[in-house]
Amino acid sequence: MDRLSGTTAGQARDRTWPRSLTQVPYWAFQDEAVYRAEQERLFHGPYWSYLCLEAELAKPGDFCATFIGEQPVLVTRDVDGEVYAFENRCAHRGALIAMADHGHARDFTCVYHAWTYNLQGDLTAVAFAEGIGGKGGMPPEFCMAKHGPRKLRLAVVHGLVFGSLSNEVPDIEEYLGEEILDRIDRVLGGRRPVVLGRFTQMLPNNWKLYVENVKDSYHASILHLFFTTFGINRLSQRGGIIVDSSGGHHVSYSAIDRSAAASTEYSEQRIRSDSEYRLADPSLLEGFSEVGDDITLQILSVFPGFVLQQIQNSVAVRQILPRSVERTKLNWTYLGFESDTEEQRLVRLKQANLVGPAGYVSMEDGGIGGFVQRGIAGASGEYATVQMGGESAASSESRVTEASVRGFWKAYRGAMGYDLADSPPDDTRPGRHRRARVSRAGREDA
Amino acid sequence: MDNSVAIGRAQARYVRCIDDGSLDDWPGFFTEDCRYRVTTADNHRRGLPAGLIWADTKGMLHDRVSALREANIYEPHSYRHMLGQPAILAESGGEVESETSFLVLRITGGGPTDVFASGRYVDRYVVRDGEALLRERVVVCDSSEIDTLLALPL
Repeated sequence: MDRLSGTTAGQARDRTWPRSLTQVPYWAFQDEAVYRAEQERLFHGPYWSYLCLEAELAKPGDFCATFIGEQPVLVTRDVDGEVYAFENRCAHRGALIAMADHGHARDFTCVYHAWTYNLQGDLTAVAFAEGIGGKGGMPPEFCMAKHGPRKLRLAVVHGLVFGSLSNEVPDIEEYLGEEILDRIDRVLGGRRPVVLGRFTQMLPNNWKLYVENVKDSYHASILHLFFTTFGINRLSQRGGIIVDSSGGHHVSYSAIDRSAAASTEYSEQRIRSDSEYRLADPSLLEGFSEVGDDITLQILSVFPGFVLQQIQNSVAVRQILPRSVERTKLNWTYLGFESDTEEQRLVRLKQANLVGPAGYVSMEDGGIGGFVQRGIAGASGEYATVQMGGESAASSESRVTEASVRGFWKAYRGAMGYDLADSPPDDTRPGRHRRARVSRAGREDA
Repeated sequence: MDNSVAIGRAQARYVRCIDDGSLDDWPGFFTEDCRYRVTTADNHRRGLPAGLIWADTKGMLHDRVSALREANIYEPHSYRHMLGQPAILAESGGEVESETSFLVLRITGGGPTDVFASGRYVDRYVVRDGEALLRERVVVCDSSEIDTLLALPL
């Protein structure tokens, strides 16, 4: 634990960040130095990153090879039944200790020089440590206890395993806060998840564009036309946005209004009579109350890169991993629960069509980040504007707001240590509607 | 007719439909009672049941096509499927189990040709009067990673 020194990086370049939360500078998605500083300050800093599910470590000896940002990490369950996590990097020369994503092991032996680690990440054997025939070998003062991968701080929240490389990170309860914890509990509390499938989507954009997208409840009914095109009337939905006090975590949720549904059969409401299109097999959307309440959608994010999703009966976790300035790895793990009936399991498999890389209501999100990444090329001095719903990063009953997007940037700019500055008013910025014509007579400004 | 000839013909028409024809015809390669799933080799090996695309009725295949046409938004692109020879693994009555390797190139807009997916079709065909229809197709992609998104079926 002593080697988890926390934030050591200096301030991220000589950049300043706009004081108003409604402005997001495009260089944040483009700059290599920013990307490097994020690895230090966010992913190695005093924040909790999602690692894997406890359900993926069912038996002693089970392990997952996962990541905090770019850093490879091993999460294990030892014979004592406890979960451990340490860097997936041999203390000798830095090779990966384990290469499989998921597996089962009694211990780990690095393939390069056969240094061996137990399931808690302690170095237990060094090949030829004594040399051969009294010659060679490690120096007598070499101490295996002083050589090993760094061990992470760990926290398990309703079966979600979080890790941190910083000793300064607050306890997970304090980090998440009561409202976020309650909403994780709502979906996962008291149930044992079962992995139904794992899929990875490579996104052609900076990781923060995907985080913004997750937090953006404003775009959902505009970009994702599946529900409206097929006339699937989701009735008058009540819902809201929760943004925690740090700004970094959020929940967006909506629920069926049963008083509105009561006047007509819900199944008749599902098909809008004036719609030209309808589903040939509407059983796709015949679900059940997920946890006994009326909430049919709950998207929850934890700073910096974790998402827990309930879309009808499609429950999944998403891990957002930066891979380069313009490349992001998005890991989807689709979940059921041990308590599911066969019919409920079938509903989950069908409704998984809504999400993931081929999802009816999510495939657009795979492309849109790339459209922004390409759109902002050459505009590093410009800003995105996120004014919908005001300027604050507060919870609200309206989902026509960008409050949780602003919340992310509030947490982000604080974590990155940027100085805040008032940005110049629009009319003093260059390049607005000025033309020049060049003719044979010479240049004339118009 | 030999089953492998019937399956070879059906598969040649199947990929032509996706690559060069009309997606509307795609569900026609399946029997009325059918299953179609796109997954990865890792999920397949572990017996994990979820799919990137998961359908257990022909109606769900029609819905995929109409959603792509009418609802979903994605950059225009096309595929080029290259198929291996079908390996016939089991034959009984009119039912044939086969596996066929595929390579799918994706051409995005006017842009590059990329290798999008490789893998195998794990199929259960019904062959009647020389015509082969899919009762079940599991598309097992070799890689666990999907680049950007999966819109058109494989």
